[in-house]
Amino acid sequence: MNTEATPIVRVRGLRKRFGDNEVLRGIDLDIAEGEVVCLIGPSGSGKSTLLRCVNLLETPTDGTITAAGHDMTGPDADLDAARRDIGMVFQQFNLFSHLTILDNVTIAQRRVSKTPRDEAIAEARRRLAEVGIEGKEQAKPSQLSGGQQQRVAIARALAMKPKLMLFDEPTSALDPELVGEVLGVMKGLAAEGMTMLVVTHEMSFAREVADRVLFLDGGVIVESGPPAEVLSNPQTERARSFLHRILHPVD
Amino acid sequence: MDAATDTGAEPLDRRMTPRQRRRLSRAIQYAVLAAVVIALAVVADWGRIADSFFQLDIAAAMFPAVWTPFWNTIVYTLLAFVFGMVVGVPIALMRVSTFGPYRWFATGYVEIFRGLPALLVLFLVGFGVPQAFPGIQYPGGVYGQVAIGLGLTSSAYIAESVRAGIQAVPKGQIEAARSLGMSHTRTMVTVVLPQALRIVIPPLTNELVMLTKDSSLVFVLGVTTATMELSKFARNELTSEANATPLLVGGLLYLLLTIPLGLLARRLEKRGETR
Repeated sequence: MNTEATPIVRVRGLRKRFGDNEVLRGIDLDIAEGEVVCLIGPSGSGKSTLLRCVNLLETPTDGTITAAGHDMTGPDADLDAARRDIGMVFQQFNLFSHLTILDNVTIAQRRVSKTPRDEAIAEARRRLAEVGIEGKEQAKPSQLSGGQQQRVAIARALAMKPKLMLFDEPTSALDPELVGEVLGVMKGLAAEGMTMLVVTHEMSFAREVADRVLFLDGGVIVESGPPAEVLSNPQTERARSFLHRILHPVD
Repeated sequence: MDAATDTGAEPLDRRMTPRQRRRLSRAIQYAVLAAVVIALAVVADWGRIADSFFQLDIAAAMFPAVWTPFWNTIVYTLLAFVFGMVVGVPIALMRVSTFGPYRWFATGYVEIFRGLPALLVLFLVGFGVPQAFPGIQYPGGVYGQVAIGLGLTSSAYIAESVRAGIQAVPKGQIEAARSLGMSHTRTMVTVVLPQALRIVIPPLTNELVMLTKDSSLVFVLGVTTATMELSKFARNELTSEANATPLLVGGLLYLLLTIPLGLLARRLEKRGETR
């Protein structure tokens, strides 16, 4: 990992408790600029919660987080300003269902960044072209396939020119034949040098694109390292059995 | 038939199939309906009914004077609805606020104006408030009184509908908006409210129909010929003509308003489904 530069994400002693259920039990994590980190682990291991803590969609119970140059857990944190620099893509796409595709990609630029209309539209068109959505500008989200919706959601996040992108199981709600188009866009994004934190079950994506893979279980990072190491030669029994279940579900 | 199925002694072909049974049951229901219609036709004194309700000359004499109260009914309804929306939507937002005092105030407001009869609120606005605050002037005179008097009750119902709509907007929509850097208020205005209002179009149309009918309470404020609404007008005609035809005409004019509204609501609801 790049140690000279300040990491773009720094998590220290992060704990998150929902009632009696402690989902995260002390997470330390640094992500360098341009790094692609994949979070894997069984359901309930805290992957999504960790991701959602980075932009404070979940408020940590304890610990500190800095992300994209913002002190997220500080008492005077301007979360709205911070989130402009942190794009997020959701499992269920969450496109604004009452707006057209074009408006989905321009709305935050216009209402949050106060970008002039023409500029916002031009930027939206560029981003939509980047994710391979063309000629759908006036369509409503429900008229698009899941894969198309998720690509629009990526374009919507990119239009804010984020320094960091968070992906929360972006392909888990997709029909299998639509997974590839979304992963393709993400791969392109990684190649352009975007810093990405990705919760995923797509091991081939992790193997091919990630600089580092983190295996979470029981709210702690159990293994961390290059994908070749973690995915091919896991050191712990927990990671071994998880990967076996993922890669050979029928056994 | 019961005996046949119970004993099972009858040969199979004497029993009825489910389809035959259904047909018989249908036939009996039609027979009852026909009997009721015939009985009514025979028992009712049609001449007298026609005399009471269908006197064309009396009906004709109501026109064109009836258009003023008809128009007033529409105006009262719309004024109250606009007041209801202008007050009800902010109350709904306060109901879902994270700030306690807003929530408490809004809850109290809704409980009070939903619980009080519209007639009583109208009395309060028309007579109670002017007595307590002498010299108070409602903007637009009786129109202002009606907007507030009926609008207060209506705003409580509208607030509850809109609150339900707000809570029906998926949480993911809010998270997506916040993740793009929208503030809480911006998220409400740009994402949540537009979706919530779409969801509550059917109940709001319903509220408009209710208000159309509640405008008949306006007479208690003491209205003049110029500010009279439809029910009061019909009742006056009823008294002066000693005949019920004006009630029929008035009723038909109400339906002329409410039935298209109902159709509109159904259409909007359908469009919401296919969206």
